[in-house]
Amino acid sequence: MTFNVNSIFMYILAICVIVFVLAQSFFFLIRAYKRGKELGMESSRLKRTIISTSVFTIAPAISILIGIVTLSKFLGIPLPWIRMSVIGAITYELPAATSTANALGISLSRTITDAGTFSAIAWVMTLGILPSIILPPILMKKIQGGMLKIKTKDSKWGDLFLTSMFLGMISAFLGMVFADVRKGIAGWIPIFVLLVSAAIMSICGLLIKKCNMKWLETYALAISMVGAMIFAVLITPMIIS
Amino acid sequence: MSNYMKKTDRYGKIWIWTAVVVVLMVPVAVCLYYDAWPQGTAVLKGLLGVAPIYWTVGVIEVITYTPMLGTGGTYLAFVTGNLTSLKAPSALNAMENAQVKPGTEEGEVISTIAIATCSIVTTLVLVIGVCGLTLITPILNSPVLVPAFDNILPALFGGLAVVYVSKNWKLAITPLLFMVVLFLAVPSLAGSVGVLVPVGVLIALAAARIMYKKGWV
Repeated sequence: MTFNVNSIFMYILAICVIVFVLAQSFFFLIRAYKRGKELGMESSRLKRTIISTSVFTIAPAISILIGIVTLSKFLGIPLPWIRMSVIGAITYELPAATSTANALGISLSRTITDAGTFSAIAWVMTLGILPSIILPPILMKKIQGGMLKIKTKDSKWGDLFLTSMFLGMISAFLGMVFADVRKGIAGWIPIFVLLVSAAIMSICGLLIKKCNMKWLETYALAISMVGAMIFAVLITPMIIS
Repeated sequence: MSNYMKKTDRYGKIWIWTAVVVVLMVPVAVCLYYDAWPQGTAVLKGLLGVAPIYWTVGVIEVITYTPMLGTGGTYLAFVTGNLTSLKAPSALNAMENAQVKPGTEEGEVISTIAIATCSIVTTLVLVIGVCGLTLITPILNSPVLVPAFDNILPALFGGLAVVYVSKNWKLAITPLLFMVVLFLAVPSLAGSVGVLVPVGVLIALAAARIMYKKGWV
């Protein structure tokens, strides 16, 4: 069988995986929606969640698409498409492919033509990420049981516990923005972008509260994110040139 | 535990173990179809380059994100991936907007709806993008757009921070200061931010516990 990274066979595999992901997502979406209604949550609130998340997801999804374009230069389209649709993220897939290519002593500067090399990369990409998918069902009971224990013992501390977890996560990403500060003014760009995003979000918050623009709540995060990304496009050439 | 939660756990396990089979099916199918089984040493060496860090991150992510995302959300988010940059922020934002708390059944419902929607929209964007790749590649690779996508994380977390930090500034200040100082001191850590998430979480929890005991929060 002649090997081709973009063969029909590879596309068929990709389509199988994508159908699976869509089926699982729709299954959980429909169940949760029905349960929400059973719990007395208004349809409008549930629909707002769907609309708000859909709008917010588009820009990060395009960034994932860029990851596929990057990887497609040497792995073709179907394998990166599969990997980015299930568990994957560009921050993992690229190092996994590079590590295997290095082990085989080949360069990733052009499209892979050898099936053995391709299958080795596919195995490393898969096995390297496997704990992320195997561990949730194994650890779920223990983690959720632990959380329930904390909440039952002291509900106020239980709420603070979860809020602190969010803040710990957000802090790591906010701190990371400062990593390039020593590189000079160009290293400040992520901080300016962060501040602009925060400013837009604050303005949205004011409009929601003071001008009673409730509908804006649905789009506020998407607006602040895209607004800050546009700001990055405008400011980067000015700073770097 | 309600009947819904019990069933969510059972269905979640069925879906996630099926996902393990689906994920493993891909390299197996490639090997069988092309009769090209890789050299064991190549796979092992390749894995050695990534597994130590990514297996560790995998364990950390499961422990960190499961309480935030809830049962259904976790089973779905860990299959569809892109957790930190997409699924977790979307679930947090959705719960905040719907004014529900994580750890409650309402929180579970909203988090699951947000993560499922996120997965569906991402998958559809990728399908449309892949179908029109020849048309959109020049646009996506355009140097003008590079800064926009290079800065997607600060653009996302800036807005998210306003919502969370402003409401809980006492809880936020310690982990935030620690992380800023850490990244200023060791910029190379930016590549391992996944490993630092639990560090931030532990510091936030320790600070919160002290403040709670002292009656400051």
